[in-house]
Amino acid sequence: MKSRKIITAAALGVSLLLGYTACKPKNAGNAVSSDAAAKAYVAPGKYDEFYNFVSGGFSGQLSTYGLPSGRLLRVIPVFSVDPEKGWGYSEETKPMLNTSHGFVPWDDLHHTELSQTNGEIDGRWVFGNANNTPRVARIDLKTFRTAEIIELPNSAGNHSSPFITENTEYVVAGTRFSVPPDDKNGDVPINTYKQNFKGTISFISVGKEDGKMDIAFQIQCPGVNFDLSHAGKGKSHGWFFFSCYNTEQANTLLEVNASQRDKDFIMAVNWKKAEEYLKAGKGRKQAVKYAHNSYSDKTHSATSEIKTEVTVLDAKELQDICYFIPCPKSPHGCDVDPTGEYIVGSGKLAALIPVFSFDKIQKAIADKAYAGDYDGIPVIKYEAALYGEVQKPGLGPLHTEFDGKGNAYTTFFVSSEVVKWNIKDLKVLDRAPTFYSVGHLCIPGGDSKKPNAKYLIAYNKITKDRYLPTGPELAQSAQLYDISGDKMQLILDFPTIGEPHYAQAVSADLIKGNSLKFFKIDENQNTYVSKGEGTTKVVRTGNKVDVYMTCIRSHFSPDNIEGVKAGDEVYFHVTNLEQDWDVPHGFAIKGANAAELLIMPGETQTLKWVAEKPGMFPFYCTDFCSALHQEMQGYIRVSPAGSNVPLLFSTGKNYPVADTAGKK
Amino acid sequence: MKKLAIVLSIVAFISACGGAGTDKKGADPYDSKSTTANGNPSYDPNRGEGKFTKVDVGATLDATLAATGEKVYGVKCSSCHKLTEEKLVGPGWKGVTSRHSGVWIMNFITNTDEMLNKDPKAQAQLEICLVRMPNQNLSDDDARALYEFQRKNDGVK
Repeated sequence: MKSRKIITAAALGVSLLLGYTACKPKNAGNAVSSDAAAKAYVAPGKYDEFYNFVSGGFSGQLSTYGLPSGRLLRVIPVFSVDPEKGWGYSEETKPMLNTSHGFVPWDDLHHTELSQTNGEIDGRWVFGNANNTPRVARIDLKTFRTAEIIELPNSAGNHSSPFITENTEYVVAGTRFSVPPDDKNGDVPINTYKQNFKGTISFISVGKEDGKMDIAFQIQCPGVNFDLSHAGKGKSHGWFFFSCYNTEQANTLLEVNASQRDKDFIMAVNWKKAEEYLKAGKGRKQAVKYAHNSYSDKTHSATSEIKTEVTVLDAKELQDICYFIPCPKSPHGCDVDPTGEYIVGSGKLAALIPVFSFDKIQKAIADKAYAGDYDGIPVIKYEAALYGEVQKPGLGPLHTEFDGKGNAYTTFFVSSEVVKWNIKDLKVLDRAPTFYSVGHLCIPGGDSKKPNAKYLIAYNKITKDRYLPTGPELAQSAQLYDISGDKMQLILDFPTIGEPHYAQAVSADLIKGNSLKFFKIDENQNTYVSKGEGTTKVVRTGNKVDVYMTCIRSHFSPDNIEGVKAGDEVYFHVTNLEQDWDVPHGFAIKGANAAELLIMPGETQTLKWVAEKPGMFPFYCTDFCSALHQEMQGYIRVSPAGSNVPLLFSTGKNYPVADTAGKK
Repeated sequence: MKKLAIVLSIVAFISACGGAGTDKKGADPYDSKSTTANGNPSYDPNRGEGKFTKVDVGATLDATLAATGEKVYGVKCSSCHKLTEEKLVGPGWKGVTSRHSGVWIMNFITNTDEMLNKDPKAQAQLEICLVRMPNQNLSDDDARALYEFQRKNDGVK
């Protein structure tokens, strides 16, 4: 009897304890129903239904997952070096990371955006932004490789990027930090922010066929922090919307000083009008310096060009390009519904969600329903632009995506939840807890005209106790919800690389059929290609030694190289002669102060290696290629500087021993 | 003995279930009987498996075609095949046109994986070389040109 009492008391104590420790929104066990596993299950050997392109945050890369399984398919190196793939280490890829500041090996990729035609995802490219040294990258979805990177002048912290217009006419970039323009003296007191600092919005044009990027124009705006953006679509095509905060124009302790005003702004940009001004020659040519890097799948090499001019339109002078719309409390997300009529602003510190009407904005501009101006830019009256407010949706709204059925899904960082609400009547329909502190979310096509709303993925900022602990640094995490029914249903947690910010997803059918299997060796135009073993050679030019090498299962040619001298710079130009899918070869050499090469079939890649001292240096294939992969190796002999060992190279034959000591 | 039988049956089971892409009939490399007896009864070992059913060969050499073939050989074949009888990674090409029919060769070099999975002669060669010949994605024209070059290498004038 007594013991039962003790047990009861203990149970009560435990449950009380649990009650205290469980300051999570809901118990995880309650949030998952029994059929969750079946819904996220993709049998071995079967393909996922969706590709999910997820920003890698501070990893600087972009990762590709399959949905609904959450399986990691590929990490695409973009802004950070990737020794595993030789990205930023091979001579061919180094120029991709060139900037006006020189070679930059790292960045912070926050948002991904798939190219669109007529407001629908077309599966050709995915764009990514570099948040630190401002750049935009275009990734080719035939090769799943970064094809182009363009730097942005007059910018710092490229955050509201790389969002696109409905036919991918433009990719935009808005500066998060306002800074003095590049052609002005930046050596000014920091507290002269109000006089000297400007915010810049860039419109990067995208070639219709080849995707080639070019900065068409920039718009100079008042100095504030531009945060996020989305293009108008349908009726609002021709307009772009940017959220901005720090309209207080604070330059220190922004946490407090940029949170003073009751409302900041969403800036509506009439880019069709800007185009007209550009055509009419209203732009100012400004001397700047920025890098434009492209990778060719024909030469298998990148080129970097430093450009020196950009055309800037002044938002203050050219009155009818930009309009400010008041938006409560430090707006972050700025999302446009599939019809293009509703613009949802999400104030990080707000407890409501304002929904603006494109028609009302147009009317307000026609009627000049302004509350005044901000640094020369008209400020539309809040009520004149407002469709309505979602009352008490949750705490700390951040981002919204749409299902194409009249509903919006908004993430709430502070209250850790995703809330589904109806756009027309602004009523909350459902809420689902996230674990924990959700940032961005993604519905396949959720920012396009045609969402494919089967799943919703929440990208969380905190994982705490969701996975096995791994020391102080824990797994980053995404959570998958089935949203095909009325209620959201959590079906899977999956870890992600870096820190995931925005992501996009698309039906795999749109992309998988276009995936390239190998590069045609006949079309390889690399300067140092060897088309066949018969053309391999080693050429000395002063202290530079070019090794024209081939590889095929399972040997290198040449695999014995002698006559290299200490101090020589050796360039291994390795061509993979294979012409089949999934047969890369790797190349690694002892002591290289770089990384390996990973050479796709039909491709040529080059590793620079300095022969620092006499000795024997082996090299080998790093990517398991056949039963005799472990035999795929070679030697390079390094003799002292000034030695008379002749330059010899071969495969499969032993030259007579001409010199054993490598004498001078 | 029992143990061995179990191991063997496991091996057989695994191999039987392996590779959704391979032909289930006669794909079991551990049982050579099934390849011929239980395999595809219409399989013609002189033709091999692939798109080619016949090859039109002239009485004399088509030198232009052979020259094209030699170029393809240089890029895609020479890493592993010598023009002599010497085996490198794969067998030397000397005499290859008398060891195999033209149509067999053209099927083998364009449909390598499937042939390695089912053709007895290809499998016997794999047991010697132990490196599966890579599929080099040759076009039909490449394949024909290579065969002409092999004929040239075997002395056809």
